[in-house]
Amino acid sequence: MTQQFSIRKYLRDIEMPFCPGCGIFTVMNAFLKAVHELGHEDLSKFVFCSGIGCSAWIPSPHFIADSIHTPHGRSIPIATGVKLLRPDVNVVVFGGDGDIVGIGLSHFIHAARRNLDILVIMVNNMVYGMTGGQVAPTTPFKIKTTTTPYGSFEQPLDATRLAVAAGACYVSRWTTIHQNELRETIKKAMKMKGFRFIEAVSQCPTAFGRRVGFKDAGEMLKWFKENSVSIKQAEKLDEDKLAEKIVVGEFIQRQRPTFVDNVYKMIEEAQKIDEN
Amino acid sequence: MKIAKLNTYFWQGNEACAEAAIIAGCRFFAGYPITPASELFEHMAKRLPQVGGITIQMEDEMASLGAVIGASWTGNKAMTATSGPGFSLMQELIGYAFMTETPCVIADMQRVGPSTGQATKCGQGDVMQARWGTHGDYSAIVLAPNSVQEMFTLTIKAFNYAEKYRTPVILLADEIVAHMREQVTVPPIERIEIINRRKPKTGEKAFFGNEEVPPMPAVGEGYNVIVTGSTHDEYGVRSTANPIVHRRLVERLNNKIQNHAEEIADYESYNVDKCRIGIVAFGCTSRAIYEAAENAEKMGIKTGYVRLRTLWPFPEQIIRRLAKSAKKIIVPEMNLKQIFYEVERAAKGSAEIIPLNKIGGGELITPEELTAKIQEVAKEEKK
Ligand code: SF4
Repeated sequence: MTQQFSIRKYLRDIEMPFCPGCGIFTVMNAFLKAVHELGHEDLSKFVFCSGIGCSAWIPSPHFIADSIHTPHGRSIPIATGVKLLRPDVNVVVFGGDGDIVGIGLSHFIHAARRNLDILVIMVNNMVYGMTGGQVAPTTPFKIKTTTTPYGSFEQPLDATRLAVAAGACYVSRWTTIHQNELRETIKKAMKMKGFRFIEAVSQCPTAFGRRVGFKDAGEMLKWFKENSVSIKQAEKLDEDKLAEKIVVGEFIQRQRPTFVDNVYKMIEEAQKIDEN
Repeated sequence: MKIAKLNTYFWQGNEACAEAAIIAGCRFFAGYPITPASELFEHMAKRLPQVGGITIQMEDEMASLGAVIGASWTGNKAMTATSGPGFSLMQELIGYAFMTETPCVIADMQRVGPSTGQATKCGQGDVMQARWGTHGDYSAIVLAPNSVQEMFTLTIKAFNYAEKYRTPVILLADEIVAHMREQVTVPPIERIEIINRRKPKTGEKAFFGNEEVPPMPAVGEGYNVIVTGSTHDEYGVRSTANPIVHRRLVERLNNKIQNHAEEIADYESYNVDKCRIGIVAFGCTSRAIYEAAENAEKMGIKTGYVRLRTLWPFPEQIIRRLAKSAKKIIVPEMNLKQIFYEVERAAKGSAEIIPLNKIGGGELITPEELTAKIQEVAKEEKK
């Protein structure tokens, strides 16, 4: 191992906009620690893309790196263009649940299907935090938000299981209480190719916790701890019980030909065919 | 065939656009199928890999332009193509490309709208969408070819402007020009002017300001560039509450194009200083002006015309000149008066502007119809 880990090394001297107690700090820390432990002295081998929402601010403008802060939901398409022309750099997308599986859902599914070689880290706070706490595609049933004052009457989306179904190579889910697991899963994902998806269930004390009745961030973390179950444990639970749980762990790890490899193979083939 | 060489080809408009893009240096195309732009996409799918480039089909138009923007930030030239409904979807990212100063080319092969309208028929109803489609204050460069040869030359020009001004450029063609086949002469490659974006020199860091057109770094090259569609200072750092930062940025983005409006202005003109009746037209509609002007001349009606190749920024000077001699200016369009008001604005009351509009079914305004209109207007004037 190289030097002592110092998060400052990777961050610009810009004040962060996140609320006190927000889980985003944990995710940011886990990511940078993983980067450090993999031996990256800086972020020069990375390009970050992110959309709109609190989590999109993780890399942009804070990381001392190339970062592209895109319109809402469009981080994955923009990452597609970057990765195809610069296969040698690590392209990492950060986003919230609204960004990645709300407005950007179709891009998410298609990138997984193509097996685009990017790492997507979705910070799932189960709400639209930046716009003031509206219902998200991940908001649990019956939870009150500013646009569902009588409780959400929609079923939430399981982005992790969706990523598995769509064809991702590596998929895992942890919560912010699982700091070590988060760091390790990020390290593992960074060493792989293809579409990799990590869901980090995170506390938003401001726009979610406060309304649902959690006193502070600590109470939310306790909630995560008490309600997290492993994939194995989850198998034994019936549907009703499972609806209240957060299933954590590694959901899939597999190898498939990647989009970048397929595209470059196609170019090679095309150039072999002599038109005239 | 690698890159089209000095020769004469019989190309479809869509093909000419693709071949010109390749000559201009385009190496990335992302698209979503739509009539009447699909042939351009298909031609790129076949041709780009042959020259080492990439063509991909994305899940929708937003994704297509998104991938193009990502590709452009790697230092490559990239384009997409669409038609009205897809162009509407792209507006979000056109604004983003404008705000982030991302060079790219968007070809819009217009069809009949609104909405799905008449998918296979020609229309010219995207003129104002090309100007004001996205929200906020912005100035687009919009070029409008009227022949297959011009599709070729204006595509190269579109890439050059995109690189020179670091901005998205819209190639606003129409179904007729996109689908018809005509002879195209490709000049010797060394005689074609190709402009490439300016890269930063060592130490340069103000990638979003200081100069009218700042240098553009590529990602992955160690510049630590911060790209954002939010208001940002010259170093790319977000500043979403400061009015001065916003004004400085958005005014520069507009001015870098508006201050060069007359340089960018491209048109063909005939008899503008000594005519009684004027015509202002663009795209496929302008194909009728030659015969109509000739017919009118034979009838003793002195006719002049301006055929616009640049729609935005609007070439005002030439219209003003035309309005000084022509008392009446006819504006034929396959829409319900989209360029008409611009002509009226530029003429500043010096001439009466007369519309000649036709929409639906892809029916062109014929030289006969235009001749008849000239005759009618000339008669009115005599009274
Ligand atoms: S609103 Fe919620 S998610 Fe956003 S920074 Fe505050 S606590 Fe974090």
